[in-house]
Amino acid sequence: MHAEREILFRESAAAALLDPQLRANFRRAMDGLISKRQAQFPDPRDLQELRDLSTAIRSRSLLRLPELLEQLEASCTKNGIQVHWAETCEQANELILGLLQARGAKTLVKGKSMVSEEMHLNAFLEANGVEAIESDLGEYIIQLDGETPSHIIMPAIHKNKDQIARQFSQKIKDAKYTEDVDELTAMARKVLRQKFLEADAGLSGVNFAVAETGTLCLVENEGNGRMSTHVPPLHIAVMGLEKVVADLESVAPLYAILTRSATGQAVSTYFNLITGPRGADEKDGPREVHLVILDNGRSRIYADPELRATLRCIRCGACMNHCPVYTRVGGHAYEAVYPGPIGKILTPQMEGVGVRHDLVHGSSLCGACGEVCPVEIPIPEILVRLRREATHSDPGSQVAGKGTGRLASEDWTWRLWAAVLKRPALYRLATWFATRLGGALPAGVPLLREWTRTRTQPVPARRSLSERMRAEGGSHD
Amino acid sequence: MREVYFYGTCLVDLFFPDAGMAGIQLLREAGVKVIFPDGQTCCGQPAFNCGYWEEARDVARAQVALFPRDLPVILPSGSCAGMMKNHYPELFHGQPDEAEVRAFSGRVYELTQFLVDVLQVQLKDLGEPVKVTWHSSCHAVRDLGLKGQPQALLGQLAQVELAPLAREHECCGFGGTFSVRQPEISGAMSCDKAADAEATGASVLLSTDGGCLLNVNGTLEAKRSPLRVQHIAEFLWERTHAR
Repeated sequence: MHAEREILFRESAAAALLDPQLRANFRRAMDGLISKRQAQFPDPRDLQELRDLSTAIRSRSLLRLPELLEQLEASCTKNGIQVHWAETCEQANELILGLLQARGAKTLVKGKSMVSEEMHLNAFLEANGVEAIESDLGEYIIQLDGETPSHIIMPAIHKNKDQIARQFSQKIKDAKYTEDVDELTAMARKVLRQKFLEADAGLSGVNFAVAETGTLCLVENEGNGRMSTHVPPLHIAVMGLEKVVADLESVAPLYAILTRSATGQAVSTYFNLITGPRGADEKDGPREVHLVILDNGRSRIYADPELRATLRCIRCGACMNHCPVYTRVGGHAYEAVYPGPIGKILTPQMEGVGVRHDLVHGSSLCGACGEVCPVEIPIPEILVRLRREATHSDPGSQVAGKGTGRLASEDWTWRLWAAVLKRPALYRLATWFATRLGGALPAGVPLLREWTRTRTQPVPARRSLSERMRAEGGSHD
Repeated sequence: MREVYFYGTCLVDLFFPDAGMAGIQLLREAGVKVIFPDGQTCCGQPAFNCGYWEEARDVARAQVALFPRDLPVILPSGSCAGMMKNHYPELFHGQPDEAEVRAFSGRVYELTQFLVDVLQVQLKDLGEPVKVTWHSSCHAVRDLGLKGQPQALLGQLAQVELAPLAREHECCGFGGTFSVRQPEISGAMSCDKAADAEATGASVLLSTDGGCLLNVNGTLEAKRSPLRVQHIAEFLWERTHAR
């Protein structure tokens, strides 16, 4: 037995629960997102139709993944987009640094990209003398405080307006204190405009990459995505290898369900379709466009027919918005790049099911995530699968860290549990004692101690149902 | 005469036997002969959810063996019914007895599902006016797929006012081993559920599931709330029989 379990989540979550401001911020924000999404889907049948279609598109794309990736590379190359492959985050970081250094680039302005968070790109570039500036308002806010995103699409959602007002007045040069949202936004805009103009390079994520046409689709609301990808002379896009779809027709339904599920918008303010660098007769746009396609464990996830569903994700964040756990503890408690339900299945598959045992067990399996997922990822079922992989490991499984979350004490507990429950006579004896002892169990029993933190001790009935039915007789077969 | 099997579930067996008895009585009153095989223990869900499938299978197999005849199997729990109906086929996938288990799973019903969908019972309310609230167990709705059967039964009771929770579909925080593995988060969820229930002004919170009831009851008791919890079977039986 080699147990290398972390308990990060429980500890961080417990700390977060003690912060009433944080809890209020998340609850209010998530409630808002839930009702906005709801308003976009007035008819459950329409929603189900769109979900079915979106799920089919994503599943089909994954089924043809190797072929589509090759086609994407060819189409992009034809469009003048240079394609690079990275198996690991380190490789991707080095690749990007190499591109920047070769062009003498010292500043990089970034649109929002979770893959770049996964790579810890900013820290890597800083360490190598390149300044990376986040230009999405939320990302900009958290970068000022040296924080990581607490939500995949609303990275600064853990902060409220007053907290941001204080932060801006302290951190932005010559900024006056104001709680006016428009004024706050204008302050960030003023700083960022200058950065866009001065930056040597821009970096963005990719929402969908179209294999047939070599188009990189970017969904955003602030125009910072367009600025990052069009103003600087060099644009580098990064994507996980699962983001490819066959054709432009596949994009429309995915886009429709993405914005509705994410922010409750029928369309986003900006939808960029990037098809290459500036043409000879064009007046603007980058001189060079590069696409970095990252694996970082995705191939291994892809190899498993059940776990492959994880890669259907379009990163809308609806699972976290609807999660009763996320809503209460916020994104930072997960101690992971991707928080919430999708993070609970993605992170352990990337980092190892043993070390992130805390995450796979950090769910009540209530199913709210699976219910709202626009591409019907069976998150609760995958959590159960990963729990099994953490301790047992299915034959032929390639799950990262399989079997490394096993504890001898837990093995014995379940063995004893099964030994009693598969033998009615033993179960009868156990319930006889439980009913006769009533609430007289010693209070120090470990599990009971956890239960009674916020609850009274459960008291068994005086006589079990089985005992009463036996006494009644006659109703047996 | 129509015959059914009744599967009590471990939580009802040990903590809510009155709910089990009430469920059996409701079925009998609807003209059904209820067979309660001796030797029932647990559906195996705790081990299944924790990844201990071999142990879960051992226990599940012992349950399936108790219900050999081709009769409906009725459970006073949405969660355990979901386990037996939807997850047994997964658990026994590729096992020699898979076909037998699948046949068993196809016969599983949650109690209110059977009362409404199959028996189409009509209830007559004999109780005093009362205000109740309803917690829809996550597994009953999202896993098993209950579609308003409990509410339909409550709706037949003329003197019962149903005051909905503000967050009816939010998890109460039980989640089986989640409640003791993540006691802080689970506790926070339970406290919110208890507060939501209290704010409705109802005198009793009803549910189909013993796990949720045990959890919410413990939380309400800890804060010395006058609000009670009750399994829907027991409530329906009491309302339709003057004491």
